[in-house]
Amino acid sequence: MEPLVTFCLRMGDTTLILGQQTAAWCGHAPVLEEDIAFANMGLDLIGQTQLWYEIAAQTEGKGRTPDDLAFFRTERQFLNAQLVERPNTDFAHALMRQYLFDAWHLPMQEALCDSGHEAIRDLAQKSVKEVRYHIDRSRDLIVRLGDGSDESRAKMQAALDALWPYAADLMATDEVEAALADQGVLPGLDRVRRAFDAETAATLDRATLTIPENGHARTGGRTGIHTETMGYILAEMQSVPRTFPDARW
Amino acid sequence: MYAQLVETGAAEASEKDREFQEKIDRGVRIEANDWMPEGYRKTLIRQISQHAHSEIVGQLPEGNWITRAPSLQRKAILLAKVQDEAGHGLYLYCAAETLGISRDEMTAQLLSGKAKYSSIFNYPTLTWADMGAVGWLVDGAAIMNQVPLQRCSYGPYSRAMIRVCKEESFHQRQGFDIMRQLCEGTEEQKAMAQDALNRWWWPSLMMFGPSDKDSVHSEQSMRWGIKQNTNDELRQKFVDQTVPQAEWLGLTVPDPDLKWNEETGGYDFGEPDWSEFFEVIKGNGPCNRDRLAARNKAWDDGAWFRDGLTAHAEKQIQHIAAE
Repeated sequence: MEPLVTFCLRMGDTTLILGQQTAAWCGHAPVLEEDIAFANMGLDLIGQTQLWYEIAAQTEGKGRTPDDLAFFRTERQFLNAQLVERPNTDFAHALMRQYLFDAWHLPMQEALCDSGHEAIRDLAQKSVKEVRYHIDRSRDLIVRLGDGSDESRAKMQAALDALWPYAADLMATDEVEAALADQGVLPGLDRVRRAFDAETAATLDRATLTIPENGHARTGGRTGIHTETMGYILAEMQSVPRTFPDARW
Repeated sequence: MYAQLVETGAAEASEKDREFQEKIDRGVRIEANDWMPEGYRKTLIRQISQHAHSEIVGQLPEGNWITRAPSLQRKAILLAKVQDEAGHGLYLYCAAETLGISRDEMTAQLLSGKAKYSSIFNYPTLTWADMGAVGWLVDGAAIMNQVPLQRCSYGPYSRAMIRVCKEESFHQRQGFDIMRQLCEGTEEQKAMAQDALNRWWWPSLMMFGPSDKDSVHSEQSMRWGIKQNTNDELRQKFVDQTVPQAEWLGLTVPDPDLKWNEETGGYDFGEPDWSEFFEVIKGNGPCNRDRLAARNKAWDDGAWFRDGLTAHAEKQIQHIAAE
């Protein structure tokens, strides 16, 4: 597959799976304001997915649509980071997953604002505003709940311990990103990791949370190796179009 | 919509009551700080909170399909719709709070089963076509009831309804568009659409509440300008609007008694099964227990979150005090 297509799928699959997981909170969040916020973030993420898939589909030129990419690929063909497929264990996990994602997503989108690829640059310039808002919200909640009650700190620490190893998968790169960096499509990738480290160190410190030391990095999502939760997410998400493959919706 | 069988109480009219009634009759809006009879306040609290609870519980049957929406576009539209409903819940709780009750008190009433919400949300959403039928019929019925509420005598409720109505009419069109797409689709899709109409038609007619002759509280609510039309008037309007839409879609309304009446210029239609309606209201509908259990779980599981935020706020206050 062309590096540009692979990269767009890595981005779009990550926003789609997180959007799917975020949207599942609708009606089940701890307060009404969070129902609204999670729906809102889910909407932004699904909107971003559509844009990534459009670029992927056009570049690929095989006549596939964004919906084909979302609903008719298998687990091994999805290239999202493993972090976003981690389950909605509780709201602390959902918030921590969102925060770690945002801490990577913002510098990534900022870097892409200078992309030499016009459609990607347009996408990033639109999305970056949404992503800034997402991290403002998730950072604020991480600090307030980490430095909150004993119980809320314990919940947030447990979520951080569980999810921190998966953060590495967001930043995992290979020859795909290297090729795109050479072409000027993907500028400033080295800054993304540094920005992520600085953001998380400062915020988790304010939140009185401790980054786990023995967090062996889990990676593989970018090449289609997932955790056991992934198959269930796709089974649910794809069930209707796969049951009626000839239908339009 | 989403308010049914709202009790009004009854009391002797005093001088103040008469002045209040005159204000209503002159079309003067009542605001939060104005004097109002206790019955008026209580009726409004019941009605607005019931309406708010309906929006909150109403997230569940549609939320059931967000993760399974069959295209990215439909997923985004459905998610936006459910988000709007949560937003309506928020405006309505705020409107009710102006009458002297807190959101926490109202939530406790919902979770304990003391407060009611619309009977319609105790029916299950079983296929994707239900997302079409719910938008088209349930939001359609809700709009019928809510448009007149924009002129309700209580200012904060009336203003909340103006915002709510704009979004609801959008939802109704989106629901209809799902049905249109299904009806233009494969045989299986058409069958799915017809099945959804069959299941949602009667519960939608019940949303307007019992027949006028059995609606004990309507008269007082109408005198107070809280209610503008009777249940039967609104139900008739809904049927008259919806039947031609079903015909346009090529679907059959599941009522053998449905017939155009030249004389009245409307449709004659059959009687909903009111025993089913009262069972659902009592808590015996197909999903009452599941809905309340889901809301209770969300609330209980979220206690640590709300307590954590409160603890953080208290620490901040102590910091400021110490400085």
